[in-house]
Amino acid sequence: MAPANDKVLMKGNEALAEAAMRAGCRFFFGYPITPQTELAAYMAKHMPGRGGTYLQAESEVAAINMVYGASAAGARVMTSSSSPGISLKTEGISYMAGADLPGVIINVQRGGPGLGGIQPSQSDYWQATRALGHGDFQVVVLAPSTVQEMADLAYEAFDLADKYRTPVMILADGMLGQMMEPVVLPDERSLDSLPEKPWATVGHGHKRAHNVVNSLYLTAEELERLNIERYERYAAIERDEQRAESYLTDDADIVLVAFGGAARIARSAVNLARAEGIKAGLIRPVTLWPFPADAIEPVAERGARFLTVEMNMGQMVDDVRLAVNGRAPVAFYGRTGGVIPSPEEVLDQIRALDAEGGDAA
Amino acid sequence: MSEAMETVYERPHALLPVVTNYCPGCAHGIVNRLVAEVLDELDVEGRAIGVAPVGCSVMAYDFFGCDMIEAAHGRAPAVATAVKRVHPDGVVFAYQGDGDLASIGMAETVHAATRGENITVIFINNAIYGMTGGQMAPTSLPNQVTQTSPFGRNVDTDGYPIRVCELLSTLDGVAYLERVTVDSPKNVRKAKKAIKRAFQNQMDGLGYSLVEVASTCPTNWGMSPADAFAWMGENMLPYYPLGVYKDVVADGFASAAEAAAARSAACPIAHPENAEGECA
Amino acid sequence: MADIKELQLVLAGFGGQGVLFAGKVIAYAALLEGREVSWLPSYGPEMRGGTANCSVTLSDEPIGSPLVTAPNALVAMNQPSFDKFIGTVRPGGVAVADSTMVPEVTAPEGVGACAVPATALAEEAGLKGLANIVLVGKLWALTGFCDRATLDAAIEASVPPRKAALIEKNKQAIALGIEA
Repeated sequence: MAPANDKVLMKGNEALAEAAMRAGCRFFFGYPITPQTELAAYMAKHMPGRGGTYLQAESEVAAINMVYGASAAGARVMTSSSSPGISLKTEGISYMAGADLPGVIINVQRGGPGLGGIQPSQSDYWQATRALGHGDFQVVVLAPSTVQEMADLAYEAFDLADKYRTPVMILADGMLGQMMEPVVLPDERSLDSLPEKPWATVGHGHKRAHNVVNSLYLTAEELERLNIERYERYAAIERDEQRAESYLTDDADIVLVAFGGAARIARSAVNLARAEGIKAGLIRPVTLWPFPADAIEPVAERGARFLTVEMNMGQMVDDVRLAVNGRAPVAFYGRTGGVIPSPEEVLDQIRALDAEGGDAA
Repeated sequence: MSEAMETVYERPHALLPVVTNYCPGCAHGIVNRLVAEVLDELDVEGRAIGVAPVGCSVMAYDFFGCDMIEAAHGRAPAVATAVKRVHPDGVVFAYQGDGDLASIGMAETVHAATRGENITVIFINNAIYGMTGGQMAPTSLPNQVTQTSPFGRNVDTDGYPIRVCELLSTLDGVAYLERVTVDSPKNVRKAKKAIKRAFQNQMDGLGYSLVEVASTCPTNWGMSPADAFAWMGENMLPYYPLGVYKDVVADGFASAAEAAAARSAACPIAHPENAEGECA
Repeated sequence: MADIKELQLVLAGFGGQGVLFAGKVIAYAALLEGREVSWLPSYGPEMRGGTANCSVTLSDEPIGSPLVTAPNALVAMNQPSFDKFIGTVRPGGVAVADSTMVPEVTAPEGVGACAVPATALAEEAGLKGLANIVLVGKLWALTGFCDRATLDAAIEASVPPRKAALIEKNKQAIALGIEA
């Protein structure tokens, strides 16, 4: 008996790793940390067979600087870690942004701060969207919500990174990394089909002037000019790459906003609310930066109330409030430390909002 | 006397015709030139990829004619590791100072060396942080006065300087380590020979090679270039003796890997090829 | 037999008893029938000699939360796990316990508890270490979460190639559990 539609049952971490290799990633540099370890282990097992390199670095700092080097050398390259390790990588991510280097960074989030815990969390939202290193820059941040999306977004992340010459982060969590679901894997990309990188440092072969990969500009005006150019590219990303999924929002009085693992719970809560006759819906940002304000604005405009659900103390809710811009009330419900909220407790929040709305009406 | 003029001195092709940012009397200029001469002589500029550090040679990416990458402080060995993995046929070198290589980047240095990364590292040790204005380095000498050791390096509180070649010489991935200096024409020639060896080793796939250049910082030491070399000879060389600290070829091995295998001969798991009568 | 196709299952036991693998077999069964499925393990240091559990959801609709907090089926392989999760099982649900390891099997009103001495049965049948699969067989007998033929196919899909020799024994364990 063959599985339907070529579906395979895989852990999120493994599906992501497999999809990355199918996207043409042949270089992986990492350091062990729970709960992303299966991702690195899968790479270690399967990279050699594809003629690729898996290298366990001495630290997260070294790993991200290897990513910097491999990217400068023109390769599709990736690293993965979990929250404390991502903090260490921020140095290299800033340098990649400053040198306009593509690359893919995976964060399979766990609870923090500090050593924190190892259970699923979304408490690195601010870090991913605001502070992946020093200086003026943004990183494209993608938020998968299923194992299928772990694969699909990893596959796309390399194209986005190359297209805009920027690091791209996949902000997953321990739940998505560890769980298995059926997944249809993307096709294997031929390495010949990957985009040309005339800027890469590959040896000039006496055929051109030397290429330099660098983020140092000691003349303030020059650095300002380059930063402004980069922000023009960011404006194009904000215009063209926003992505969100809307579920039952057309007639919804109460619209939940949730991403990643929390969005699955929010969706269950929406179904429970609908079963009780409460008109609830869900907007699920797939891109966290650029934040899909375009999906929020019309819903705010027609006066729906918002409930942001996160596995943290309230981070994305800032972006929801900015998108809503005072047009509608925005409530927040979250669990932190690695606690996964249940659909029932989210339903309680929806009921309370519904009651408030009823009082107001 | 012949009518034809003979060229006896010219800029190496691998060195771009630009004005460097080095202070007058700084030895970086000499070593930059030696590296460029070696790239020319080995005819590898076209496939060379250099990694510049943070420190006085931070802008070396503008001086060398080959493709260049500017690394974060201390991370040049990690960057060079990846570049070499992507382009095994490239000729990859890192050019680093003492703060970069032996302080903030010591982990990257030790691990690139022990992995036996087939790269070439040029290490300038002048016992001080030059770029930031003369702070204590991991290689500053006992009692050496710097901006951040104003009463002299106190080994009781600041600890001892690190001897990089000696430290790295214990590591199995290392093919070649030599400490040289550039205080005289004779020593410059010896330095060039060592640098050439370090590049040739890479091309021959021998393992990690590092050349440490005992150097000076006239500006931050507060001396004339000549006095600085004299001070270096008097104080640094006794602490950091010149010479070869590891050379697997001179030891009779084909490569660092072969030397490492001989050293671990008694370790069964390291030598599955010696297992008898057992299925793998 | 209760007919529970929309399975929201918790499997729990000691690390090493194979609860994660048992969950994987059930997940494969749904995959093979083209249904929606999620499998979410507990993870972390508790796997080393401590307790392990996983949530498995089989559905014909897209699955929201993969974390099963109110299961309609429980498979418990030790007493602490049984005691921890039995109270979460919804009325109308079923609980299957390995009574070799769970001497006290009492369930709340409305939950059908079933004690199977799976460890002892497996050992007697020369299937040491397959108590987990015996319990999968029993769970199938109680719920019918897939077609019978799918169950054997799920065993074939779940057992890694290097352990292919164990496929037949796993199938025997399924049959043993169904008859138990």
